[in-house]
Amino acid sequence: MIALLIRDLKLSVRAGGGFGLGLAFFLIVTVLVPFGVGPESGLLGKIAPGVLWLGALLSCLLSLDRIFALDWEDGSLDLLATSPLPLEGVAAAKAMAHWLTTGLPLTLAAPFLGILLNLPQSGFGWLTLSLAIGTPALSVIGTFAAALIVGVKRGGLLLSILVLPLYVPTLIFGAEVARRGSAGMEVLPPVLLLAGISLGAVAILPFVSALVLRINLR
Amino acid sequence: MASIWEYANPLKFMRLTDRVLPWVSVLAAASLVIGLIWGFFFTPDDYRQGSTVKIIYLHVPSALMAINAWFMMLVASLIWLIRRHHVSALAAKAAAPVGVVMTVIALLTGAIWGQPMWGTWWAWDPRLTSFLILFLFYLGYIALWEAIEDADTAADLTAVLCLVGSVFAVLSRYAVNFWNQGLHQGASLSLDKEENVADVFYLPLLVCIAGFVLLFLSLVLLRTRTEIRLRRTKALIAREGMADA
Repeated sequence: MIALLIRDLKLSVRAGGGFGLGLAFFLIVTVLVPFGVGPESGLLGKIAPGVLWLGALLSCLLSLDRIFALDWEDGSLDLLATSPLPLEGVAAAKAMAHWLTTGLPLTLAAPFLGILLNLPQSGFGWLTLSLAIGTPALSVIGTFAAALIVGVKRGGLLLSILVLPLYVPTLIFGAEVARRGSAGMEVLPPVLLLAGISLGAVAILPFVSALVLRINLR
Repeated sequence: MASIWEYANPLKFMRLTDRVLPWVSVLAAASLVIGLIWGFFFTPDDYRQGSTVKIIYLHVPSALMAINAWFMMLVASLIWLIRRHHVSALAAKAAAPVGVVMTVIALLTGAIWGQPMWGTWWAWDPRLTSFLILFLFYLGYIALWEAIEDADTAADLTAVLCLVGSVFAVLSRYAVNFWNQGLHQGASLSLDKEENVADVFYLPLLVCIAGFVLLFLSLVLLRTRTEIRLRRTKALIAREGMADA
């Protein structure tokens, strides 16, 4: 499992994988927002938590179809399925690798982009915390959706239609934490709810992803 | 002993629905005509909402069926995953477009009512928002059915999506509640009689709901029959292709 994780990490860092692209996308989205809504810093500071969460979510989405598609095309997914490692483990390792290469860098980059959007001082910690808690959920949900469409050619668009509704609760609670945090309001309930969703998704969805992969490999 | 599972046999299902479908559709048409005419022309205007109150006869039943259609798909998906009855998978597939139309009707009638009453077509109210999210779930479900070629794989994958989607739809419902306070009024109907709308509106509404349920049933039966026939045709074509080769 660790070998698979390391292999996936290497693949995504080398060979122009999703690693840099996701971050660059996040940066560009953040830079484009003021062009869209105007440079007024009060307004930007107000919408910054939501915009950053949305940007992180979209950058996450960008690299989802790589999770299984390449392994499916060159047949290594079949090899992984016949290896001693259960498919549940494969799915979990894949989700973990996806999180390490997208969720984690996005979380670390978000405060810097928060400066660009004039995020209030009190919001930085909560934004980072909410992304740190929420992005694992984005990765495992995305892994599930990627497993669903692994057999579909050019499934990228379909993937986003499938995965975006599933992201709704995570986005709501995540952005709520960041918003309340930067407004100096009570933050604990949404933090706990976000953590609940994240832990639940991490605990259950790898099994569902494995089930779906088995159906697809049948 | 006759059990419900007998109708998992496509042949028996076809034979039964062939007899039942005309009755169901005639009943659906009758109760819709009676309910809507009764509701639109023979009930008084509400003293505050005026005649706009009458949109309730479309809005409430369609909203009800939008949710029940998803619930029916969930049950049918479970039956397919557990007992592998093809009719069940096809019924779930057949219900999705009907459900999505019900969702759209509920959203549109709500918007048409909301414009004069709330002064806005749309508000990010929890109920409205969760219906919009439900609509997105329907779209994803239908898109997945369309995208996968192998019929059994498609049935399996959409069934799993329906299960996972249900969990996330419920989560979204409560998340949305948490996220914004509501503008939408509370339940118009409930078993708790205190909350109900007045009897003049209640009775025609019940007829309309019965009409929508029957309409949904007849559309789903019809579409399931079509799907079964489609599959038979495909099997026949495949057999002929084999014979030619």
